[in-house]
Amino acid sequence: MFNLSAKELAEKIKKKEVSPKEVVSSFIKRIEEVEPKVRAYITLTLEQALKEAEEIEERLMRGEDVGLLAGVPIAIKDNICTKGIRTTCASRILENFVPPYDATVIKLLKEAGAIIIGKTNMDEFAMGSSTENSAFFPTHNPYDLERVPGGSSGGSAAAVSAREAPLALGSDTGGSIRQPASFCGIVGFKPTYGRVSRYGLVAFASSLDQIGPLTANVEDCALLFHIIGRYDEMDSTSAPIPTPSLEEMLSPKVEGVRIGLVEELFGEGVEEEVREGVLKAVRYLEEAGAFVDWVSLPHLSYALPCYYIIAPSEASSNLARYDGVKYGLRVEADGIIPMYMETRRKGFGTEVKRRIMLGTYALSAGYYDAYYLKALKVRALIKKDFDEAFKNFDILVSPTSPIPPFKIGEKIDDPLKMYMADICTIPVNLAALPAISIPAGLDSQGLPIGMQFIGKPFEEAELLRLALAYEEANPILPLHPPRL
Amino acid sequence: MPKLTKEEVEHVAYLARLSLSEEEKEMFTEQLNRILEAFAKLQELPTEDVEPLSHIIPLQNVFAEDEPGKCLPVEEALANAPDSDGNFFIVPRIIED
Repeated sequence: MFNLSAKELAEKIKKKEVSPKEVVSSFIKRIEEVEPKVRAYITLTLEQALKEAEEIEERLMRGEDVGLLAGVPIAIKDNICTKGIRTTCASRILENFVPPYDATVIKLLKEAGAIIIGKTNMDEFAMGSSTENSAFFPTHNPYDLERVPGGSSGGSAAAVSAREAPLALGSDTGGSIRQPASFCGIVGFKPTYGRVSRYGLVAFASSLDQIGPLTANVEDCALLFHIIGRYDEMDSTSAPIPTPSLEEMLSPKVEGVRIGLVEELFGEGVEEEVREGVLKAVRYLEEAGAFVDWVSLPHLSYALPCYYIIAPSEASSNLARYDGVKYGLRVEADGIIPMYMETRRKGFGTEVKRRIMLGTYALSAGYYDAYYLKALKVRALIKKDFDEAFKNFDILVSPTSPIPPFKIGEKIDDPLKMYMADICTIPVNLAALPAISIPAGLDSQGLPIGMQFIGKPFEEAELLRLALAYEEANPILPLHPPRL
Repeated sequence: MPKLTKEEVEHVAYLARLSLSEEEKEMFTEQLNRILEAFAKLQELPTEDVEPLSHIIPLQNVFAEDEPGKCLPVEEALANAPDSDGNFFIVPRIIED
């Protein structure tokens, strides 16, 4: 049963062919089998999930409308607040933090009848591209257990890839949904900034963060996006724009779509096999009637330094709240400032400290203009490049990651090398655009290659329609779950 | 760009309220210099006439009605506190005698 899509599970439950309890039990069995190898979850909530399944079953029997995802399990990245369920951000500083409220996306999922089965592993505070920066343990790629699942939403991606959950939520600040989806052979979607409420998402870089779905196929992705993509007055950057209807999103469209291949994202640093794999997949779009041509966005080569100044700057400010006073770890010391300093020394891991340092420096007196202000100006130029490209193209295409999944330990000691893993995904966050990663195929070692579709602001429907058409055209999709 | 010294790293760490070990100070001095050197690429772009982009979506002055909403009960708000007396967070002494 765990191999069925979320939509199939929801339909079977609605028709009373299976009970929510049977569905949850089937995933519990799957988790017991493969979780010791994959280690996707920080916290499992299996007992509570069974209880909720029973409640939904009763409501179903009474003939109530129990929502689009009634009885369907979902895994949640551990930086999204869940009332009464520990939310750690994979950090020592929040190891025992139990949120007193639900994030808006959790509220919406509960209203839709979804059942949370666990909180997934991640890079600490979503800072990383491999999930190795978790303070607790690394997660393993289901395609090759010696390799990373990507990051920072590596636990969510691995959980869906290994079918330990049919659906998951992640967050994406510079590629943290799309890159792990690419590494784990699944679909990952970052909606337009402002489309999904950030209320209850633990803040990393507030002008870039966005919550989105990780799923086994495009249809499930549209379904989950339809549920969470709502205006929310609790988030002042939430966009008051109507959510596209499911019918619209689920009608494939490729004929006549103008597709631009982003030159800069197929060039230096992109491995040959990745490049070839994506170009081969693009042929399916061409054959199905899309118009394909190359397009240049000259400022994209500045996106990486631009991002790694803006994101750490915002992070250094956002993470100032971890001071050992209102929640989280406190290390006692002599006086208030030593208490702050010891708490943060013990509570944060190396990458988090590195980014706090980088951001604090970029914002400090004398360097603000040279770094932070400069980066904001470059961000404007990158946004302008996208605006220009979208005058001639409907959707832009690139690899999701320049490289296939790498070995655990391979890049962890070299921060710059690790940052390079994000070159294709970062520009999208800087320009606040929606983008989806969908498998292009497998490389010669059997590892997944991901392809990224980038859309115009708030035109998620067009993006999903093309992704759906592509998925239908490529015979190997959706990929079979890897053998474990 | 001038090179970042170990003393500056110590100063930045203090601003960020991070206490660093000697090893971390050495490591961050080396790494931050390497990162900033790679980022010097940004300086080659002329940006005199470019407006900085600080708000990516055109939302301005998002107001809410000035009405009291539902608040967390005190015990829930304090439930995660490392130290409290049931009504207040307790912090180390701040004001000197």
